[in-house]
This record gives sequence, structure tokens and C-alpha cells, in this order.
Amino acid sequence: MEAKTKDLWVFVETNENGTAKNVGIELLTPGRMLADKQGGALVAVIIGSGCEAAVEDAAAHNADKVIVLDSPEYGFFTTDAYAAVLYYLVEKYGPSVVMIGATQNGRDFGPRVSCRLQTGLTADCTSLDIDEESGNIAWTRPAFGGNLMATILCPNTRPQMGTVRPGVFKKCEPVAPHAEIIREEFHVAPEDIRTRLIRIVEEDTDEVVDLEGADIIVSGGRGVGGPEGFEPIRKLADAMGATVGSSRAAVDSGWISHAHQVGQTGKTVAPKLYVACGISGAIQHLAGMGGSDCIVAINKDPDAPIFTVADYGIVGNLFEIVPLLEAEVRKIKG
Amino acid sequence: MNILVCVKQVPDTTEIKIDPVNNTLIRDGVPSIVNPFDGFALEAAARIKDKDPSCKIIAMAMGPEAAKNALKECLAIAADKAYLISARAFGGSDTLATSYILYNAVKKVESIEGKFDMIFCGKQAIDGDTAQVGPELAEHLGYPQVSCALECELKDNSLEVLQEGDIKKVIGIDLPCLITFTKPSFDPRFPTIKRKLAANRAEIPVFSDADLEGIDPLHIGLKGSPTKVKKTFVPQKKTGGLIINEGSAEANAAKLAQLLNDAHII
Repeated sequence: MEAKTKDLWVFVETNENGTAKNVGIELLTPGRMLADKQGGALVAVIIGSGCEAAVEDAAAHNADKVIVLDSPEYGFFTTDAYAAVLYYLVEKYGPSVVMIGATQNGRDFGPRVSCRLQTGLTADCTSLDIDEESGNIAWTRPAFGGNLMATILCPNTRPQMGTVRPGVFKKCEPVAPHAEIIREEFHVAPEDIRTRLIRIVEEDTDEVVDLEGADIIVSGGRGVGGPEGFEPIRKLADAMGATVGSSRAAVDSGWISHAHQVGQTGKTVAPKLYVACGISGAIQHLAGMGGSDCIVAINKDPDAPIFTVADYGIVGNLFEIVPLLEAEVRKIKG
Repeated sequence: MNILVCVKQVPDTTEIKIDPVNNTLIRDGVPSIVNPFDGFALEAAARIKDKDPSCKIIAMAMGPEAAKNALKECLAIAADKAYLISARAFGGSDTLATSYILYNAVKKVESIEGKFDMIFCGKQAIDGDTAQVGPELAEHLGYPQVSCALECELKDNSLEVLQEGDIKKVIGIDLPCLITFTKPSFDPRFPTIKRKLAANRAEIPVFSDADLEGIDPLHIGLKGSPTKVKKTFVPQKKTGGLIINEGSAEANAAKLAQLLNDAHII
């Protein structure tokens, strides 16, 4: 389709309680910069149920317009409904750019929308800019397990679309809202939604593992030696207010559930602090956490590859160092 | 029941090295493997067939002639038949063009094998890591999808899919459908010697663009791809940070906590 405007859209995904997911608000930061360079408006697009909190959040983070579709039918994500809604809105307003958080849902319905629009979608970007030569968005993303970066353009079709990795951009400081709020109404026929929630699976533990949203992650790997080896890891995580992660080796050994796994066949994370304990740093693990702001490695092998990406390293026995670190952290936090 | 499993032959990214002089990927000598997520998709199909042996599993790959090796591995593990989609004209395809080619290939293979009730794919390939081709193929076909499935079970004329997530869900989906799979809690099966020998002898038909009737040449390959690679580069590796060595474990832990505190990280 032809772009009708120079507007840049950020899809702001909502939680089931109507608040905005972090990544949507984070994306308003590069969105502002790119929209200003392009000379269009920055538009937050919100789909959800009872999502006034998300609208306020987007308005307080620099959006010029907020398009909101608030209806009970959108409280629970379905591919069919969300794809139909975003497609309808894009067709109606004709934005030049659509950015979507690269969450599980974003990566699920984003490709359906771009395919329906017959336009390009760049997956899981970690850096965004304007290509000076062409004026297109320059979407930069990792490939080959993080071994290679590629910068991608979508020169001939509109909108230019991309999913962007959570945690890469920081939310801006809240501003006095100036956004125009546009309330849309659109319904998807029930028979057009071809999936249904049968049940939520209760985990064995009551712990919810939100690695992607965590500010701090403390992870254990092969070096923890067994399920009980995660005890000091959990205690340090508790002291730091962190989420517990793990390498594939620990998951494959059955010491901790796959929900904790960071890396290529697990979660991709970018917390402010990543503490790797007894993790050697296989490339698949590095691919999943290399984007962290600060990386700490504790490992008894001084040649472990994890030290090549670490900001701070301690060579030593994690069972000795982790409890000491926990005590120091508790001391500081008082 | 007819299940199509889409597989990609990928370089083993754990074996990829960086040429320190040219700062490029060294792919020579890097072994090719079946994309691990596609292996999980094949295992899910095999588990359905375990319960219903009348079920037929077809494996399909797009890629060069050498991708037959990946298909032979699928035949050795669980697939009943395999097809390779291969043509020079497909080179340079992005995810939209690739999914369009696969859509046409599905139609072609269905004309031989009958309609597919389920199409299983890996969540993503470990070389491109886009996770887009599955959903885009579903869109071309007009099928519903569930992505990031751990396992699934056939119930009458629908599938119950256990979907990975912060909260795991069981989702019901009507057939025909497309499911993308992530890593389940169990290990995929290994091939038997007997199946391996049979796979080595198997004929794998190859279809090119000329065989896919009605495919629009403007929508395939580099020129049919809306996204263009402007440049590739090797990410700047950190040169290694500070190794804390204050003489004792106690002093090291204290120093680390202090550094993190000073940087306002904790």
C-alpha cells in the first residue's frame, strides 16, 4: 500500500490488566527520534481491554497521538483478532512505519500483518536509525546466533515494519501529555477467531518467571552442579531483587525448568545486570544475554568464554563467592 | 491425517568462527544440520503418528541440492516422504518471498500427497532467527496458527496445543492449521539403523520455480523481497572487562558489590 502519512507507529501491547507492556513504552524513545527526523507524528497504537492506563502511559512518554481500540474482546491475545485489528488500522491511516515489540505475541501476529500488507518486516531489531542515503528506516538486527549483524531497509513498500527487542531502549522521562486520543471501534466476528484458550497451565511452583521483563537476572549453569546448587543463586537473586535464569546445560540436566533458560533455545534477555554463575558462555548462551547493560561472570575457569563479554569477572568457586556477594549486597541495601 | 513438516538446513551456529582479518563469518567447514526447532516439529508429528499409524508425515525443505541431507535425516527419524524445493530463482528471498514460495510448494505437494491437515514448522531457524516464515506461510494459506508450541495432541478434528510463555496455555485450534514449535521438555527420538539405510536410498523429488504452476516470478528471490540487506557486520565484541582480584574471595565479593553499587546497578 501507499503511505498516506509520514507518521511512525509504535504498537503498544497491553497486559491482561490493561497496563502497557514495557517494550511498547520503551519504543516510544527511538520512535520520537525517528519521527522527528522523518517529519511525521509519533503515534502509539493500543489494543486491549480496559487499557486506559496504557493510553496515559503512552501519552506521558511523548506520543503525539494515541489510537486506542478498547474492548473486552481484546483482553486476551489471539493472533486472528490482533492481526485483523492492526491490518484494519494500517489500511485506514496509512502510516509510513510500524514498530512492534519483539515479544512472543508481537512476533506471532506481526508477520501475519506484514504478509497481509505485502510489505517487509525486519525481525527482532536491536538498533534503529534513518538510512541517510534513502531516508528509509535502517533496521539493524543480529543473525547467526549473534555472530553477525545485518542492517535491513524496506525501500519500496509501505509501511516499513519491524519488531524490536525488549530492553534495548530505555523509557524516556515522563513529559506533560500533549497527545490527541483517537478512539477506534472495530469488531472481529467470533467465527473469524480460530483459536481458543482451553486452560492456563498451573506450574508446579507458584513462581512466575519473567526473564524478559527483569531488570536483574542471576543465572546458574553447569557449574552449580545440581538442583540444590541453585540455592545460593536464588538467595543472591532474592537479595538483588532479581529473576533466576539458567544456561541450557542446567536445564538439560533437569536441575531447573526450561522457563528459566536464557539463550538461543531459551529466552533472549537484555537486563541492566546479568550475573552469570558457573556458566562457561557457549555462543548460544551469549546470543541470549549479550545485550545486557552490565555482565558479571563468576567462574572457576579463567579461560571460560563468558569472561570475554563480562564487564566484571571473578575467577573462583561460585559456592564461596555467591554467598559472600549476597551478604555484601544485603549490607549495601541495608 | 496428513502432516507437513517444513525444515531448513542450517549451518551449526555453534561452529561458526569469525575471520579476525576480514571480520567476516567463516562458513567453510562448518557442518550443516537440521534446524533444531524443525527437529522439534518433526518429533511432534512423530508423536501424533505414534498414536495413529495411518497418519502420513511429509518433510519439505527449500534450499540447495545439499539440503537433501537434512531431508534424509527427517526420513530416517520419522518422515514418510520428502520433497526439496530448489531453484536459482529462489536465492536471496527474504521471509515474505520465502513464505510465498513455500505456499506454492505446499499447493504442489498437496496435488500429489493430498491436502495437509497440519503444517508443523520450527519456531525459527538458528541462522536467520526471524521466526517469521511460519506465520507468513500460515497467512498465505489463510490458516490459523499457534506459535511457540511445546507439544500438541489431536482431539477429533482439532489440535490442543501447549504453548510456551510466561504463563503456559493450552490452546485449541481448528484444522487445517500451522503450528511452530519450540524446545519441548523431552528429547526428540533418534533414527533407527533400518530407517537410516532406507533414507539413504530414498528418492527425493525436487521442484523448481518451473514446477510450481502459477508462481509469480515478481514475488520470489531478491527482487521479490521487500526487505533489502544494506550491510552486514560483525558485532563489536567487548574486549573483556575487569577481572577482580583483590586477593581473597571476601575482598573480591566486596569489591564487586561496591563497583555495582557505585554504578547504580544495584
